[in-house]
Amino acid sequence: MGNSSSVLTQYDIEEVQEHCNRLFNQQEIVSLYQRYCQLDRSGKGFISADEFMCVPEFAMNPLAQRLLKMVDGLNFKDFVAFLSAFSARASMEQKAGLIFKVYDSDGNGKVTFNDILEVLGDMTGSFMSNEQKEMILTQLLEEAGYSKESYLFLDDFVKIFAKSDMKMEVEIPVD
Amino acid sequence: MHESISKSEDGKLYSSVNSELDADGPIIEEYLFSESLPQSYGKLHLRDLIDISPFLTEAAGAIVDDSFTRCFKSNPPEPWNWNIYLFPLWCCGVVVRYCILFPIRVLTLTIGWIIFLSLYMPVHFLLKGHEKLRKKLERSLVELICSFFVASWTGVINYHGPRPSMRTKQVFVANHTSMIDFIILEQMTAFAVIMQKHPGWVGLSMRGLRHSRPNLNGELALKEQVLLGLLQSTILESVGCIWFNRSEEKDRAIVTKKLREHVHGSDNNPLLIFPEGTCVNNEYTVMFKKGAFELDCPVCPVAIKYNKIFVDAFWNSRKQSFTTHLLQLMTSWAVVCDVWFLEPQTLRPGETPIAFAERVRKMISDRAGLKMVPWDGFLKYSRPKPRLTESKYVFFKII
Repeated sequence: MGNSSSVLTQYDIEEVQEHCNRLFNQQEIVSLYQRYCQLDRSGKGFISADEFMCVPEFAMNPLAQRLLKMVDGLNFKDFVAFLSAFSARASMEQKAGLIFKVYDSDGNGKVTFNDILEVLGDMTGSFMSNEQKEMILTQLLEEAGYSKESYLFLDDFVKIFAKSDMKMEVEIPVD
Repeated sequence: MHESISKSEDGKLYSSVNSELDADGPIIEEYLFSESLPQSYGKLHLRDLIDISPFLTEAAGAIVDDSFTRCFKSNPPEPWNWNIYLFPLWCCGVVVRYCILFPIRVLTLTIGWIIFLSLYMPVHFLLKGHEKLRKKLERSLVELICSFFVASWTGVINYHGPRPSMRTKQVFVANHTSMIDFIILEQMTAFAVIMQKHPGWVGLSMRGLRHSRPNLNGELALKEQVLLGLLQSTILESVGCIWFNRSEEKDRAIVTKKLREHVHGSDNNPLLIFPEGTCVNNEYTVMFKKGAFELDCPVCPVAIKYNKIFVDAFWNSRKQSFTTHLLQLMTSWAVVCDVWFLEPQTLRPGETPIAFAERVRKMISDRAGLKMVPWDGFLKYSRPKPRLTESKYVFFKII
């Protein structure tokens, strides 16, 4: 495990860097690679859903199942690309884009009332009834100028988060 | 009916609640619906509702680095030999270690076993009538064989603090890095231990014999296995060993009862418990199981810290069998380790066993320079229960 980083050549690192729009520096990519190999316990070249669930801090996340669909079986390049939205250098659009993808579970490019309701359900568990959730969501959608029937597109998400002071950043430990 | 939706105090709608991992921790539901909830501050916007960034950040943070995996990561000593001057020296070292030291150590261990067995068997079978004498002799013999084991890795062990006494009604708890912890402590005093049923020869117990599971190494023939298993169980039985099975829930109640009986019985060997329940890499401590702390008797903390200068003593049971682990130790220069016997602690009035366990864990961690993490080591074997996820749920209050 110790020298697994040596597998990654300068050339590879640059390629990965291009793939994630240079949101990570080379050292960060090397550390991410070590971590990737560590998570890929069986050494098959990708991280399975079960291996992700081995990390209790991840498994306990209410959105774990939803995120699993996005990260299951990613190769290293796509793994880095997924995480790049969490880089401090990523723009608000990129972060909004990732949030949009979490909502848009069927990947058809639009988020419906029900999509939001489902995510809301994942996060609140049994603490809120369906009626409560629907009521809140309808009210807030109308206040924001949408309706229960309207579709939200990526642009809408970008607009919604444009003014937000959201801090979605993860520091990559570099040793 | 007019309704408005409130945000919590810090302006964020979603804030995850730190989970309390233990079953006896505060009930999270009570906590959430208590009266002390932050009242409405500001107006909720759609943006706040769909802003799931705190959860995503947490999830990504866990993917990138998590304290749980770090507890079980082997940290091999830094290579120092990649230098044209040092490399030949290192090669000499390899030759010495494998061709001279290793055979000597195997010989030592073999002699140890021969002496041990030739004395143990007569003592065990001939002194049937003299229980007290037999027990005393067996105890010293177990200490003897453990000393041979320690000698077989040239164990340099510094014991600090007063030696453990043979008093009854006390229980020793130590942090756990490898099976060799047991041998190192056993060399001092014949402790009784509580052990998991390991597959393979390490802890092939009576039960293991009945089931005769295929062992991890695969090389040992079943016959040898049975023999070794018999040896292990007779010997460990003589110091008073309590077995348990991780996966069996009902075992727990039986073990608790046995522990109590052992501690409060007279003329038993002092009981040694590794409350972490799993081997940790000697840089962290995971949560202590509370069993050892509710036996109504003083708890004597033992802190063990290995020096990684020659070999990493962490037994990564997922990666290597115990045989490989022992071979690794026997081919290294030495196993250097510090053992501290700390001051006995008792349950303070009003203290829960969990708080007590945490206090003792802190003592051990501070003494041995280990970092404490809030994880249950058994998560290695199972996934977090849904109840734990539940504690992370958020809710909003509607006024």
